[in-house]
Amino acid sequence: MNILRTVRVALMALARNKMRSFLTALGIIIGVGAVIAMVSIGQGAKIEVEKRFNEMGTNLLFVRPGSMSFRGRHGGGGSFQTLKEADAEAILENCDAVQYVSPNVNTRAQVIYQNKNWNTSIYGTGHVYPIIRNWELEDGDYFTDQQVRSGQKVCVLGSEVNYNLFEGAPAIGQIIRLKKIPFRVIGTMKSKGESGGWFNQDDVIFIPYTTAMTRLLGTDSIQSIDVSAVSMERSQEAMTQIEEVLRIRHKIAPGAEDDFNVRNMSDIAEGAAESTKILTILLGGIASISLLVGGIGIMNIMLVSVTERIREIGIRMSVGARERDILLQFLTEAVVLSILGGLLGISLGIGSAQLIKHFSGMQTLVSLGSIALAFVFAGSIGIFFGFYPAHKASKLDPIDALRYE
Amino acid sequence: MDNNHIIELENITKIYQVGETQVNALRGVSYRIKTGDLLAIMGPSGSGKSTLMNIIGCLDKPTGGRYSLDGKEVSTYDKNQLAHIRNKKIGFVFQNFNLLARTTALENTELPLIYDKDVPSKKSREMALSALEQVGLKGREMHKTNQISGGEKQRVAIARALVNNPSLILADEPTGNLDTKTGDEIMEVFKKLNEESGITIILVTHDPEVAAIAKQRIYIRDGLIEKVE
Repeated sequence: MNILRTVRVALMALARNKMRSFLTALGIIIGVGAVIAMVSIGQGAKIEVEKRFNEMGTNLLFVRPGSMSFRGRHGGGGSFQTLKEADAEAILENCDAVQYVSPNVNTRAQVIYQNKNWNTSIYGTGHVYPIIRNWELEDGDYFTDQQVRSGQKVCVLGSEVNYNLFEGAPAIGQIIRLKKIPFRVIGTMKSKGESGGWFNQDDVIFIPYTTAMTRLLGTDSIQSIDVSAVSMERSQEAMTQIEEVLRIRHKIAPGAEDDFNVRNMSDIAEGAAESTKILTILLGGIASISLLVGGIGIMNIMLVSVTERIREIGIRMSVGARERDILLQFLTEAVVLSILGGLLGISLGIGSAQLIKHFSGMQTLVSLGSIALAFVFAGSIGIFFGFYPAHKASKLDPIDALRYE
Repeated sequence: MDNNHIIELENITKIYQVGETQVNALRGVSYRIKTGDLLAIMGPSGSGKSTLMNIIGCLDKPTGGRYSLDGKEVSTYDKNQLAHIRNKKIGFVFQNFNLLARTTALENTELPLIYDKDVPSKKSREMALSALEQVGLKGREMHKTNQISGGEKQRVAIARALVNNPSLILADEPTGNLDTKTGDEIMEVFKKLNEESGITIILVTHDPEVAAIAKQRIYIRDGLIEKVE
């Protein structure tokens, strides 16, 4: 019996019991659908993360205070305020792979404008911050190097703050108050959108870091340094140079631990990509279990079907079907069932991914790879779980089978 | 080899093991059946005639003795070889029709051919149509088995048995589930096939009226041929 005929016979047998065939395939349909939808969520998250990091700029480097031992007590990361303004200047002067440097401090404060007030993050930055962060202005200007050096009371508003305080009215030139200190608004930022969901990047006010240190925080140390390398290729080199400069400046003996951390954006991006990969595997793995359960459903029904059709098997054997023919017939039925289920499952998965995207706003991506994988998996399940019932059918004795009531 | 004899049985024995006890269903049957014969095997139930039919039909293997069909020593064949012989040389007609449920007459008739590699699917359709015409079912090809009468079902079964141009048709109580009139019609079909196409037909029955159309009758009792007439 050739393959085409075998498939035709299998389709006819399945068509004879449409409702049962559909219910049997339902396990596979839902399983494949779940795998595709879940993997699409993971893949979507990956794309989203990559997009965010690309927006931020891949030649970005961060310097933060590290852990430091003090009389045997080991502090956590950032537990000491070891970074000074002069460190940032030294980095800019001595590292030729570094293009821009922005010393940063941040705090939270209540901001007041006329009868409105709003609690928000205050970022003290250098004048190159928008360039480093690849962040454009909506209106007005960012503060200049000169304004930073002289510690002027000027500020630039993130779009969320702008909206909450001014509700669309022109903000430039207005005076707002941070901790009772008046600041003049000189610019507003374009919206960057939420990152990760917990905090809103646009809910922020930028002021010169010098002003923030003296007026708001009363400190002489900075909390972090944003650095941009000359190019993405040289970011590793920039990292090494920064480490050298800071070790000398902080008088760290050879072999001793750094009291600061330098991380580059691509490392962070890789870490994030790794965690989305784990998410994908986890979601896909859980969904695969339902596919497996679907396979067991197929085996169950095929066993019932073999028992129910013993007479038919006997008839086929009496007219010359060999063991192989019977085995192939039932195996083909199981595989056809799981492949049809797989096809329906793929449409269900793609549909669900669209719905999830539409209703939850989560990014989803159905990749060709996940479709192929789910399809092959469904087919294999058909073969694996179809084999035992088919084998059982093929081993029947024709005389017993013909006599079976 | 004897060209005149399609079947040569030589001291065929069959022993079934039922639990602890051995049942001697056949105790040395020797007989030769001529090509083109119309033969009836008769005997009460339990006589061993069904066992003999199963062995002649290559559904079962004898415990001892030699059986050659069309010059081939089939008693030494394995399961798959026997399936091939059934496919090529033998057609079955059963008392309870044994047709595939909810399947058309045409598809039922075509069934042996789908297991025959030598017959392409286009040709198998033609062969099935002509077999149905031969049994007088022209025009009813697309009727499903649950939509036709008992007599028509048996005609479909006969069409299925002769579609592969077998050397031998085995009919086990072919009229057992039919009324007398329909039964007579079915017997006419067998007679016609034997006379016109020269197919060897073996009827297994305990009905003397059915056996009456046979050219020869052998009587089985207790696993042995009792008499031939």
